[in-house]
Amino acid sequence: MVLIETHHLTKIYELGDSTVHALNDVSLTVAHGEFLAIMGPSGSGKSTFMNVIGCLDVPTGGQYLLDGMDIGRRSRDELAELRNKKIGFVFQGFNLLPRTTALENVELPMLYDGCSPRERRERAMDALKAMGLQGREHHHPNQLSGGQQQRVAIARALVNRAPVILADEPTGNLDTRSSVEIMELVVKLNRESRITVILVTHEQDIAAFSRRIVKFRDGRVVSDEPVKQAE
Amino acid sequence: MIGIPSTFRISLRALRVNKMRSALTMLGIIIGVGAVITMLAVGTGASERISAQMASIGSNLLIVVPGSSTSGGIRMGSGTLSTLTQDDAEAIARECPAVSDVAPMYNGTAQVVYGNQNWSTGIIGTTPGILPVRDWSLASGRVFTDQDVRNATKVCLLGQTVVDNLFGNADPVGQVVRIKKVPFTVIGVLEKKGQTDRGQDQDDTIFVPLTTAQKKLFGAPFAGLVRSITVKAKSADELEAAEGQITELLRQRHRIGPRQDLDFTVRNLTQMMQAREQSTQVMGLLLAAIASVSLLVGGIGIMNIMLVSVTERTREIGIRMSVGAKTWDIRLQFIIEALTLSLIGGVVGIILGISGSKIVTLLAGWATIVSPLSVLLAFGFSGLVGLFFGFYPAYKASMLNPIDALHYE
Repeated sequence: MVLIETHHLTKIYELGDSTVHALNDVSLTVAHGEFLAIMGPSGSGKSTFMNVIGCLDVPTGGQYLLDGMDIGRRSRDELAELRNKKIGFVFQGFNLLPRTTALENVELPMLYDGCSPRERRERAMDALKAMGLQGREHHHPNQLSGGQQQRVAIARALVNRAPVILADEPTGNLDTRSSVEIMELVVKLNRESRITVILVTHEQDIAAFSRRIVKFRDGRVVSDEPVKQAE
Repeated sequence: MIGIPSTFRISLRALRVNKMRSALTMLGIIIGVGAVITMLAVGTGASERISAQMASIGSNLLIVVPGSSTSGGIRMGSGTLSTLTQDDAEAIARECPAVSDVAPMYNGTAQVVYGNQNWSTGIIGTTPGILPVRDWSLASGRVFTDQDVRNATKVCLLGQTVVDNLFGNADPVGQVVRIKKVPFTVIGVLEKKGQTDRGQDQDDTIFVPLTTAQKKLFGAPFAGLVRSITVKAKSADELEAAEGQITELLRQRHRIGPRQDLDFTVRNLTQMMQAREQSTQVMGLLLAAIASVSLLVGGIGIMNIMLVSVTERTREIGIRMSVGAKTWDIRLQFIIEALTLSLIGGVVGIILGISGSKIVTLLAGWATIVSPLSVLLAFGFSGLVGLFFGFYPAYKASMLNPIDALHYE
């Protein structure tokens, strides 16, 4: 079943006199349960692509279907609702609210969803437990290690049962051991919970955890290949 | 949509993070609200005091005084003519339907002696009508009668200040005092009345029968001459009718033609006092208006801090947007934050304003009254200030681009 579908997607920025084609005719299909890595040098358009896929930005041209819905001309609030229900973000810089406990950070998406306080608490506790963070619910981000912070972020991404996680350089700020831990967690989520994962990275090692690698250059898809399994 | 209680918790937490800054921002509102409440209290207190004085002088009063005399082309000022008589006063009482009581007066100042004490005070020769006219009553003893007035009896009523100075704690009723060396029997003591609006002690007075004052104390140029006639109208509505009737009656009695100048003046005391009360109220409102400027400045302080706060928390706004916060979720968060600042400031300001009024009363001795309405008004106004000045920063926050906000350093 198809989850994400783009047809001839373009995104044009006007910078003074010149126009930049951040996305230039990108057509891509991602099925439910896929684990996709997007690679490419900076300025290749991979971040713009993620922003459009993540409903943070709207394309200039072309079509984007998320779970069968056309995301072309949607209002700010409609896009916010889609981000809330359909998409879980994991960022390089974790992007947790400072001076706010892990639990409350995970509760955040449910806060904008009209969940009762009790349900919020229960689901956030469960999500943190699933990330192996029981006992750290009331820690603030600055009391947690980088790996732990990223696991809080993943718990937040999953807590509203989004079908897809968009991870933008999730291991960029982590040491090798934490990076591997996080990637193994992501692989496990993809395999066991059938969560679709789209990962942006420029590290070959990290991309190797995925099962399909799409390479961007100058706003276009230049290659789209499955990963050869090691075993 | 996110609920108000959750939003309120988020706002409180944000305000706690920057305690010093929040407190300083509130200070603007605190001072504004405090100043408005204190100024309104001062204004209300002053006009209440005037109304109380108005009541103490007596209500619905008209005073008839003789006109000015002209001597060799030089006009002598109001009250210098000897044109009003006791008969005029009796005619007013008899023939003006809008008048309830009349008190003609012939007054002067004299030395009063009792035992080894003496005291200089104002002596008012008048008729029994003086008490209803001035809304005054006796603390002890009895009033002199019309009979006393006819016979020029040497009896007197003492004001409290005179009693205090001559008798101390002793009971003066039945005792004999000497006014200008003439012995008078004290038949009554007037109730304490306090000061007039001009600070004159109304209790420093002695009432004697009109004729006694004319004949035995101040030697009137002719029998029946009075210096003024105080008239009480039946009600406030009939004040103007009474004024008209008195003017018409005296014009006839004094044979003044329609084109001639009147040889007397009718003054409406109540109207003068009301005008004073009104001007005091206007003054109070003016003070409050000036004070509310500081509330406005406090509001600008809130807006300033909220704008800084929005900029500082751009990344937080981006995070909230990325997990699904809608336009109004963000807007409400910052509006409630501003509202919380202004309302807490409002409550503290009300406390400050009430204590401020007390301090003004203590230090300056002015009567102040904090009315519930002014408290409600100040509180509501501080809320409005929060809403008004919180809206623009909140609007700005809600319109941020989520991508830019997320990558804001």
